[in-house]
Amino acid sequence: MLDARGLSCPEPVVMIRKAMASKENEYVMVVDNVTSKENVTRYAEHQGYTVSVSEASGEYTLTMKK
Amino acid sequence: MKTKNEKLGIMIAGAVIGIIAVLLVLFGNPKNMGYCIACFLRDTAGGLKLHSAAVVQYVRPEIIGLVLGSFIMATLKKEWAPKGGSAPFTRFILGFFVMIGCLAFLGCPFRMTLRLAGGDLNALVGLAGFVVGILCGVFFLNKGYSLKRTYKQPKLEGAVAPAIQVVLLVVLVALPTLLVFSEKGPGSMHAPIIISLIAGLVVGALAQRSRMCMVGGIRDVILFKETKLLSGFVVLFVAALIGNLVLNAVKGGGFFKLGFIGADWVQPVAHTAHIWNFLGMMLVGYGCTLLGGCPLRQLILAGEGNTDSAITVTGLVVGAAFCHNFGLAGSAASITDGVVATGGVGVNGQVMVIVGLIVCTIIGCVNTFGKKD
Repeated sequence: MLDARGLSCPEPVVMIRKAMASKENEYVMVVDNVTSKENVTRYAEHQGYTVSVSEASGEYTLTMKK
Repeated sequence: MKTKNEKLGIMIAGAVIGIIAVLLVLFGNPKNMGYCIACFLRDTAGGLKLHSAAVVQYVRPEIIGLVLGSFIMATLKKEWAPKGGSAPFTRFILGFFVMIGCLAFLGCPFRMTLRLAGGDLNALVGLAGFVVGILCGVFFLNKGYSLKRTYKQPKLEGAVAPAIQVVLLVVLVALPTLLVFSEKGPGSMHAPIIISLIAGLVVGALAQRSRMCMVGGIRDVILFKETKLLSGFVVLFVAALIGNLVLNAVKGGGFFKLGFIGADWVQPVAHTAHIWNFLGMMLVGYGCTLLGGCPLRQLILAGEGNTDSAITVTGLVVGAAFCHNFGLAGSAASITDGVVATGGVGVNGQVMVIVGLIVCTIIGCVNTFGKKD
């Protein structure tokens, strides 16, 4: 689980890009703002991952699967 | 599909913002200055007597509108979220130096784009510096640069920045004698209050929805090969360029002049000191990348409840006051009795631009290579 809560863009995207260098099939990241949710989703989709999002009290958990 | 919608959204926003920027000039704003976040914060600082440069004093309703437009849109979309605590004073300092860079060049990244759309090639030199500055910031981002996380803040804390704009609007409309208004120079040139305010509200709302950011556009292409934000920037440029060419044809010259400077003409509110146009915008690109967004984006985030951005805007305002109190700002090229003066940046300003680049590098190093908590 990658915790990017409180970080503003581009930091969450830099974080997921670094993590994705290990080419695993699944990543989970939690962010707390809509911009980060959109940007991380976009980046993961470009990398060929399918992204599902669940929201709870202003925090978004992004599950990225290949 | 969703990505395509986001991209289409920001391109429409860019087109609308570009056209509004040109119309603001038609209604009275200085040439190539439909919008300039740096110039307008500087004018507002002057209007509030934080500096006494007589030609740049006016509480700009565009700024009020931008923050409130973002605030209203974020509230409607349930994105208004008070938060802060990510190195606020470091952000204040970065904001301070970003303003020094902007005023050495004579414009923020937004106005740089509008200057390009008006044919001002001095802004092309600025753009080159801007990209180099962003590259410096990206170097640190790639190495793990972070100003650490924000935390939730009380609602009141997040509401202060929009509330201040409401107060400024009330004072501007109901108690203008408290303020100072330029009688000549760029500060005296402005669209009617109601038009400026509505333009600010519309652009603030659009920028909030589209996440428009001049620094982010170039940064994301370099970092992630992601073109969404840049596409907004490009469409804004094209829309303003077309708008200027149309006005040139309809209203006569002055809205578009291609070149650096001529034998009998100068670019509006611009100078030809290429080194300082380059280094000024380099400082802006560098500082804004370390901040995470351009001055426009800082205003929008302040409207969304981000108190770190509100502090950054305060840094920009204080920076503007220092620029005019200590002679740091660039002076525009001008024509007196038929003689063209090229303008430029004085020694004080040159020194402070260099100091700013050094400060950015120190902030970058400490927050990248410093001991992790």
